[in-house]
Amino acid sequence: MLKEIRPAILVLLALTLITGLIYPLAMTVVAGTIFPAQAEGSLITRNGQVIGSALIGQEFKDDRYFHGRPSATSAADPNDSTKTVPAPYNAANSSGSNLGPTSKALADRVKEDVDKLKAENPAQAVPVDLVTTSASGLDPDISPEAALFQVPRVAKARGISEDRVRALVATATNGRLIGLLGEPRVNVLALNLALDAATAR
Amino acid sequence: MTVIGWIQILLFCAVIVALTKPLGWYMTRVFNGERTFLSPVLRPLESAIYRIGGVDERREQHWLTYTVAMLLFHVGGFLIIYGVMRLQAVLPFNPAGQSAVAEDLSFNTAISFLTNTNWQNYGGESTISYLVQMLGLTHQNFLSAATGIVLAIALIRGFSRASARTVGNFWVDVTRCTLYVLLPLCIVYTLFLVWQGIPQTLGPYVEATTLEGAKQTIAVGPVASQVAIKMLGTNGGGFFNANAAHPFENPTALSNLVQMISIFALGAALTNVFGRMVGNQRQGWTILAVMGVLFISGVAVTYWAEASGSTVLNALGLTGGNMEGKEVRFGIVASALFAVITTAASCGAVNAMHDSFTALGGMIPLINMQLGEIIVGGVGAGLYGMLLFVVLAIFVAGLMVGRTPEYVGKKIEAREVKMAMLAILVLPLMYLGWTAVAVVLPSAVASMANAGPHGFTEVLYAFTSATANNGSAFGGLTGNTFFYNLTLASSMFVGRFFMIIPAMAIAGSLAEKKSIPPSAGTLPTTGGLFVGLVVGVILIIGGLTFFPALALGPIVEHLAMTAGTVF
Repeated sequence: MLKEIRPAILVLLALTLITGLIYPLAMTVVAGTIFPAQAEGSLITRNGQVIGSALIGQEFKDDRYFHGRPSATSAADPNDSTKTVPAPYNAANSSGSNLGPTSKALADRVKEDVDKLKAENPAQAVPVDLVTTSASGLDPDISPEAALFQVPRVAKARGISEDRVRALVATATNGRLIGLLGEPRVNVLALNLALDAATAR
Repeated sequence: MTVIGWIQILLFCAVIVALTKPLGWYMTRVFNGERTFLSPVLRPLESAIYRIGGVDERREQHWLTYTVAMLLFHVGGFLIIYGVMRLQAVLPFNPAGQSAVAEDLSFNTAISFLTNTNWQNYGGESTISYLVQMLGLTHQNFLSAATGIVLAIALIRGFSRASARTVGNFWVDVTRCTLYVLLPLCIVYTLFLVWQGIPQTLGPYVEATTLEGAKQTIAVGPVASQVAIKMLGTNGGGFFNANAAHPFENPTALSNLVQMISIFALGAALTNVFGRMVGNQRQGWTILAVMGVLFISGVAVTYWAEASGSTVLNALGLTGGNMEGKEVRFGIVASALFAVITTAASCGAVNAMHDSFTALGGMIPLINMQLGEIIVGGVGAGLYGMLLFVVLAIFVAGLMVGRTPEYVGKKIEAREVKMAMLAILVLPLMYLGWTAVAVVLPSAVASMANAGPHGFTEVLYAFTSATANNGSAFGGLTGNTFFYNLTLASSMFVGRFFMIIPAMAIAGSLAEKKSIPPSAGTLPTTGGLFVGLVVGVILIIGGLTFFPALALGPIVEHLAMTAGTVF
């Protein structure tokens, strides 16, 4: 048995070096060469400034923008580091609400949001993804229904026709991959960028 | 439930079945020490490792030596992870300036990755440096996965050899598994994942100014190389706190499909390796069929429950199922399917928050783990777990019909049955025992995020996940406390090694036995009847063990939900 000690140290170190350092570092170099944009985090710049990542949702509160889903992420309380405070779309601390189906806190929160959205657009049924938090708190997407639901508000705030906004939503809608995989969705940041570009002209 | 949803599920199953045979063929060659198409590149590296380690690759080991070698390998692995976590503040590759990880959290995480559990009491992007992600976590993702696979191979050799004293050489098996199976797959897989949008960089977190002018710090890192092995090795520990729900860990519907496939691929292929090594591939397909029956049943229940949604929220006029804690790009079906896969295998990566699943939707993942993760299961661990149940089923069948219990040419006797029962019974002892302790300790109860029966399920899920070496969580539970760090670590340890050691003892005693040719009195162990028998034994043993606990958690919560009660 004692003669197993040498390989336990040396085989382990050799494999650790290969899998723990050489492999990730080599992949960083190779991936950074072949897919530099993705390897850096699919960042979007406007006027030379990084405004976010195409894959990471960000918070929108202004009526002139489409809003993403509610986010349950938090950050350390600046006044007391042992506590946390809500910080939606905190991309340095992803998390979901973890509230279960019989949670009163969840039922109350959803009811409040449903009532707010009903007041905003009484004509349409409230889409479920607009009142539920995502798993990561960073969901970049909303459903096409959730985008169309917000069209009247955005059109009014921007003073442009609903049809024009609806056309932008249609362009920004991604279908299922080969008609099969995933769900139809709209990337909120991409849609808002398109909206800004269209109304700036 | 929709037609397109079921097509996605069936597509997934078809890909797994299609991959089983070619992967099984390749892995059999690797573990038989034969040449492969990668040998010209890898053979010099392999020889060098043996030379450095002083390993004589032709010398095989007795099962006890094999097990001791495996345990020593783990002692070293533990020291490396624990060391880099405690020292990360003074080590390189730490652009976010993470400080040293606390002692109890480092201990928990080291045990967690060593045992292939990858329970996340740590917060990924908010706690650990890039160096720990690579040298601590990525490295152990490889080695704990390789360990699981080679132990299954040793057990298979126990069945396939006759009158033999040895079951293989641990150092050779673990080196070949890492170099020939895991590493080449991960290299290709990493590039695919980066192409889909997963970052792979050593640069610091990105500071962005959003369209509305707010500051957003975006965590990045060497993510893709870690995600590849975390899936393929059924490890499941996330680079980020939100795991595979994070858009940087799982950006597209395609990356999601491939990640689900990679969780099952090696585990399913091992059933074929088993068939090949015992000389009859149908034995392997029979085991895969047992897994398939249990898997599809679980998917159907969870998909149905999540698509039906929560009665409480539906009462507000919402339709479209339970989207709390799910991502839009995956929707209901890919989230439900992922949850069943990740708990059927011992992966534990999540692309949706299980804590927010409906009561019954979340119960299936719990049951999958309580059965011991034998539905494909962790790489290796799933197969040896399933073979323990097969031994038991053979024994039960032998008692019923008065035939000599034998399996693939080996007599199943008292020693094997005792060892199988030990391995199967030690799991509920841990998860039921610690759950009972936790719910009477006020400080442990305080960690629950949800009130009512859901809070109880959070605790039961945590200990089940730890014992079964899964690592997924009902994430609301605050697990990073002294009590949970230590008790969960003990569950992970016992759940791993008290399964491995009996399995290895069985391997050793089977290898020593003579092989007997099948006779008219031999129970056929391929085909539908045997599949039914094994499924029955699994459900009866499993059901008797954990049904009472489920009744206190998800079942009572389901009844409360349908009555519109909230807590």
